[in-house]
Amino acid sequence: MANIQDTVARLFPEVEIVQGETLELNVPDAKWHSLAAVLKQELGFDNLTALIGMDWGELLGVVYYLTNTATNEIISAKVTTDNRKDPMLHSLTDLYAVAGIYEREVYDFYGIKFINHPDMRRLFLRNDWVGFPFRKDYDANPEINPVRLDHESVEDTSCTYVEGPDGKIEKKNTVIFSPEDFVVNIGPQHPATHGVLRLRTAVEGETIKKIDLYLGYIHRGIEKLCEGLGYPQTLHFTDRLDYLSAMINRHALCLCIEKAMNIEVPRRAQVIRVMMDELMRISSHLLAIGTFCMDLGATTMLFYPLRERETILDILERTCGARMTFNYNCIGGVIVDLDQNFVADVKKLLEIMPKAIKEYNKVFTGNVIAHNRMDGVGVLSKEDAISYNCTGPSGRASGWSCDVRKTHPYGIYSELDFEEVVRTEGDSMARFKARISEIEQSCKILSQLVDRIPEGDCCAKVPKIIKLPAGHWFQQVEACRGAFGVYIESTGTNQPLRMKFNSPGFCLAGAIDHLTRGEKIADLITIGGSLDYVVPDIDR
Amino acid sequence: MQDLSIITHWIDNLLRGTLNFPDWLTVITECVLIGVCLLLAYALLALFYIYFERKVCAAFQCRLGPNRVGPFGLLQAFADMFKILIKELISLNNTDKFLFGLAPFLVIIASMLGFAVLPWGNGLQVIDFNIGIFFLLAVSSIGVLGILLAGWSSNNKFTLIGALRSGAQMVSYELSIGLSVLTMVCFAGTMSVSGIVAQQENCWFIFSGHIPAIIAFLVYIVAGTAETNRGPFDLPEAESELTAGYHTEYSGIHFGFFYLAEYLNLFIIGGVAALLFFGGWMPFHIPGWDAFNGVMDYIPSVLWFLMKAVAVTFVMIWFKWTFPRLRIDQLLAFEWKYLLPINLFNLVLMVLIITFGLHF
Amino acid sequence: MEVTTKSMPYEAWKDNEYIENLVNELKSNGVNVIVGSFDKLINWGRSNSLWPLTFATSCCGIEFISLGAARYDMARFGWEVARSSPRQADFMMVAGTIVHRMAPVVRRLYDQLAEPKYVIATGGCAISGGPFKNSYHVVKGVGEIIPVDVYCPGCPPRPEAMIYAIMQLSRKIKVERFFGGVNRQEKQAEFLKNHPLDKMTD
Repeated sequence: MANIQDTVARLFPEVEIVQGETLELNVPDAKWHSLAAVLKQELGFDNLTALIGMDWGELLGVVYYLTNTATNEIISAKVTTDNRKDPMLHSLTDLYAVAGIYEREVYDFYGIKFINHPDMRRLFLRNDWVGFPFRKDYDANPEINPVRLDHESVEDTSCTYVEGPDGKIEKKNTVIFSPEDFVVNIGPQHPATHGVLRLRTAVEGETIKKIDLYLGYIHRGIEKLCEGLGYPQTLHFTDRLDYLSAMINRHALCLCIEKAMNIEVPRRAQVIRVMMDELMRISSHLLAIGTFCMDLGATTMLFYPLRERETILDILERTCGARMTFNYNCIGGVIVDLDQNFVADVKKLLEIMPKAIKEYNKVFTGNVIAHNRMDGVGVLSKEDAISYNCTGPSGRASGWSCDVRKTHPYGIYSELDFEEVVRTEGDSMARFKARISEIEQSCKILSQLVDRIPEGDCCAKVPKIIKLPAGHWFQQVEACRGAFGVYIESTGTNQPLRMKFNSPGFCLAGAIDHLTRGEKIADLITIGGSLDYVVPDIDR
Repeated sequence: MQDLSIITHWIDNLLRGTLNFPDWLTVITECVLIGVCLLLAYALLALFYIYFERKVCAAFQCRLGPNRVGPFGLLQAFADMFKILIKELISLNNTDKFLFGLAPFLVIIASMLGFAVLPWGNGLQVIDFNIGIFFLLAVSSIGVLGILLAGWSSNNKFTLIGALRSGAQMVSYELSIGLSVLTMVCFAGTMSVSGIVAQQENCWFIFSGHIPAIIAFLVYIVAGTAETNRGPFDLPEAESELTAGYHTEYSGIHFGFFYLAEYLNLFIIGGVAALLFFGGWMPFHIPGWDAFNGVMDYIPSVLWFLMKAVAVTFVMIWFKWTFPRLRIDQLLAFEWKYLLPINLFNLVLMVLIITFGLHF
Repeated sequence: MEVTTKSMPYEAWKDNEYIENLVNELKSNGVNVIVGSFDKLINWGRSNSLWPLTFATSCCGIEFISLGAARYDMARFGWEVARSSPRQADFMMVAGTIVHRMAPVVRRLYDQLAEPKYVIATGGCAISGGPFKNSYHVVKGVGEIIPVDVYCPGCPPRPEAMIYAIMQLSRKIKVERFFGGVNRQEKQAEFLKNHPLDKMTD
C-alpha cells in the first residue's frame, strides 16, 4: 500500500490520497485516464471491480474500485465534475473491457457522458426516456414518462464523443449494424435467454458476426428505490435481485450495514448465515445445471437437479417460511432461529447429494454430444475474464482465482476448510464442471458446520432506528454467479444517499459479445447457459 | 395365419356382385372407404402418440404425466385436438398467403401417402406394387418441401433459419435412409413391400442378415430420427434456439398439422423399420418350433405390425428425452463423415454376404 | 349448472362470486340443446388443454419451472406443453415484474396469441407492481396494458397457488359460451378499445 501511495504521489502530485476503508484517491478528471493506466500497467490493478455513478447534489461523479488480482488489494478512486448541464468524464474502456457496459449504465442513470467511449447510448431505459432518473433533481412525474405501448425505434447507429488534440470534444456517429447485415432479434421473450434479455444478433449463415445487447426489460430501479427507504426496508430488495442467491445477496447488504455500524454479529448467526449461503449456492447451481442442459436440448436433465433442489427448498422453507424470497438475514444476525429439524434435514441432504451428482455425470456430463457441444465453445481467457470482470464459476473456469470467500474472507469462511474450484480451460464445459465441483465444495462446508452450530443468540442487539454514520462502505461476497458487491454512501441519516448493488451477472452479460464472435447461433445458447446470468440481477 | 384379405375381397364382391355397381363406382367407393379408414387410423395413431410420448417422457423425468382428463389421462390428447381445431387461425400480413396455407397440407399429405404402402397386416395393404419401397422414399421427401415453404412463406427470420436447417438436414439424411434401405432391398431382392414381408416368414431380416442388417438398422434408426426432426436432431424446431423453428408463425389447426405430422412420420419410420428388419406383420417364427410358431400365429397380424412399429418408435422417443441437441455443423459432419462411409461399406458387405451365401 | 372440476368438491369453489354470477347469467338465458352440448364439448376441450406460453421475467418464472418439475408436475392436468411461440399458446402467465420497456413487448405478445387467449397475472409485481410499485420504471399492474382473467397473488406464489390459479381459469372457461352469450370476448374488445396502442410500428 505504501508503495502505491508513493508512486501515485510522485507521478501525480495533484491527486489527493486518503486512507479510509481502502486507499482512496481523489483524482481530477483530466489526470484520471493516465493515472488509471499507471495503476493498471505498473501497479497491477488489472481488474475494475466496480464503477459507481454518484450524485452528491452539486457534484456529479464516479467512484471506481480497482483490484490487483495478484495481491487482492483494492483501491478506490473518485472522479467528479461540477458541470450538471453537460457532464463529461474520460472513459476507461481502452484499459478495462468491463468499463464499456459500466459507463453506459452511468450515462443512462446520471447523464454523464464518457469521452472516447465507443458506444454512448442508453442501456436500461428506452431511448426516448426523458431525464436521468438517478439524479437527485429527477422529475418522477409519471406524465413525463408514461407507460408507452408503442415500440421504441430500432437503432443501427450510435454515437461517440472524441476529444480532439486541441481539447475540443466532438460528437461522432458510429455504426452498429450496416444495412446489409442480417440481424436476428433474439429476445426479450425467448426461451433460452433465461428471462428478458434482448440480443440483436448479426449473423452470416449460422455464424454470429456481432451481438448488440439490450438490457432493461426488467429494470426495476431498485437502487433508486433504496434511496427513499430506511436501511431495514431496503433489505427485501436484495432477495429479488438475483432471486437464486437471495440469501447471499441479503448477507452482503447486512454485512455492509453492520460494518458501517460496527455491529458484532453473534457466532451462532454467523454460522447460520454461512450454512444458508451454501444451501443457497447448491440450489442455485442445481438450477443452473438443469436449465443449461435444457438449453442444450436435454430436457430430462432439467428435472433431476430440480428434484434435489426441492429438498433444499424444503429445508429453507422450514426455517424461513418461503421457497424463494426468504427475508431471513437481518441487520445484526438472522430474523428467527433455526427449525428444530434443520440439522437432520441437512444431514439427509448431504447423504443424497453425492449420489445425485454421480447421476448427473452419468446422464449428461459423459455424453458425447454434450462434449461436442461444450468443449472449446466460448473460450474466455484469464486476461479477458479479469478485464471483463467475469467472476464466480465463470471466472474461475478461466483460471482466475476470484473467490471472495478466499480473497477477502467474510463471516467465518476463513476458518473453514474448502477448496476454491479453479479450472484452466475457460470453455463452456469448464464452467459447467466448475459448478458441479462447487456443489461438492459447498457440501463439504456444510458437513463441517452441521454438527458445530454453536448455541447462543441469533441476532445482536441493534438500535431501533438504524442510522449509518457519514461515509461510504463497499462490501463484496461470493454470490452464486460471482462477486456481489454492495456500496453504501451515507450522509448520517437513516436513509442512504446512494446504494449500489454491483452484480456479477451484469459483467457476465457484458462479455457475451466478446465470447460469441465467430461462433454459431447454437453456441450463443450454450454460452449464455454456461454463464448462467439471471436477468433481474443484470437489470436490477 | 388368418388372411385379412378375405374382408377386402368380401367388400369388393359385395359392391360388384350383390349391389351390382359398375366398375368405376366400385373403385370410387373403395377409394372412399380406404380413405376413411386411413384417416381414422391416422387420427387415432396421432392421438395415441401424443399421449404415449407425454407419458413416456414423464416416466423418464420422474413425473406422472397426464392423469386428470379421462381415466389415466387417456382423453388428454382428445381435449388437445378439440382445442386446436377451434383455435384461431392467424393470417399474417406481408406473407405469401397461398404458400403459407399450402405448407401444412404438403407436410400432412406426405405422411399420409406413406401410409398407403405400409403392410398393416396379412392382406391389408392399400397399394402393393413392385416398387413399393421406392414409392415410400419418394413421398416421404415431399415433407421437406412443406417445411421449407412454411419457413420461407412465414416471412420471419427464425422460421427461415429453421427451414434452411431442415433443408440441409433432410437432404443429407435422406441419403443415409436411402442407402440403408437399399442394403435391405439388396438382401430381399425385391422392392415390393409384400415380397419383402413374404421373405421374412421364417426368419426376420435382422437375424438372417446378421451383421450388415444390424448395421443397416442402426444407421436407419439414427437417420430416421433425423428425418422426423426429433431430438437430438430437432434443429429445425430447436425450442431453445429458434422458439419453435419453421412453424413459429402457425397457429390453430395449421400448427396441429405439423404437430400431427411429426408423430405420424415417427410412426412411418417405425413402420418401415418393422417392414425391413422385423418382418412387417410377420409373426416371430423359429424354424422347426412348430408349436411355438402356431401360438405366435394366433396374435393378429395387425397387432404384430403395430407392436413392432411402436417398439421402434419408443426407442426414438427415448433418444429424444435423453440426448442433448447437436449443432448444425456437427449434424452435417456426422452424416457426411461417418454415416455415409459406414453405409457404403455396409452395402458392399451386404453384397458380399449375398454373393457368398453367408446369411441364414 | 354447476361448474365441476375433477376431485374438487363444488363447495370448495363456491367462494368465487364472479363465476357464480356468470353461471347464473347462463342459467337465466336458457340454451338450445344442440348448441349447448356443442358448447360443453368445446369448453371441455379448451379447459382441459391449456398450453402456457413460455414467458417469465423474474422470480415467478422459477416457480413456474418448479411447477413443471417432478413435485408439482403440471403435466397431470395437461398444461406441460409450454409453447415458445405465442401463436400456439392458450394462456400467458405474466410471471414477474413488467417494466416500462417491457410493456409494449407484453402487449405485442398478447396480440400475437391466438384466440381464445387468457392471461393470468402471477405474483405481486404483475398484479400491482408489488414491492416496486413506487419505482419510476415499473408498470403498476399488468392489468393496465392487457386484460387479465385470473390474479394469482404471492411473491412469488407457491406452485400450489399457481395450480389453483390455472384451475380457476379452467373453471372460468367452462362457463363460457362459444356461440355468443356469456363470453369474455366482448369484455376484452371493450378493454382493448379503452387501451389503444398509441401507434403501431412495423
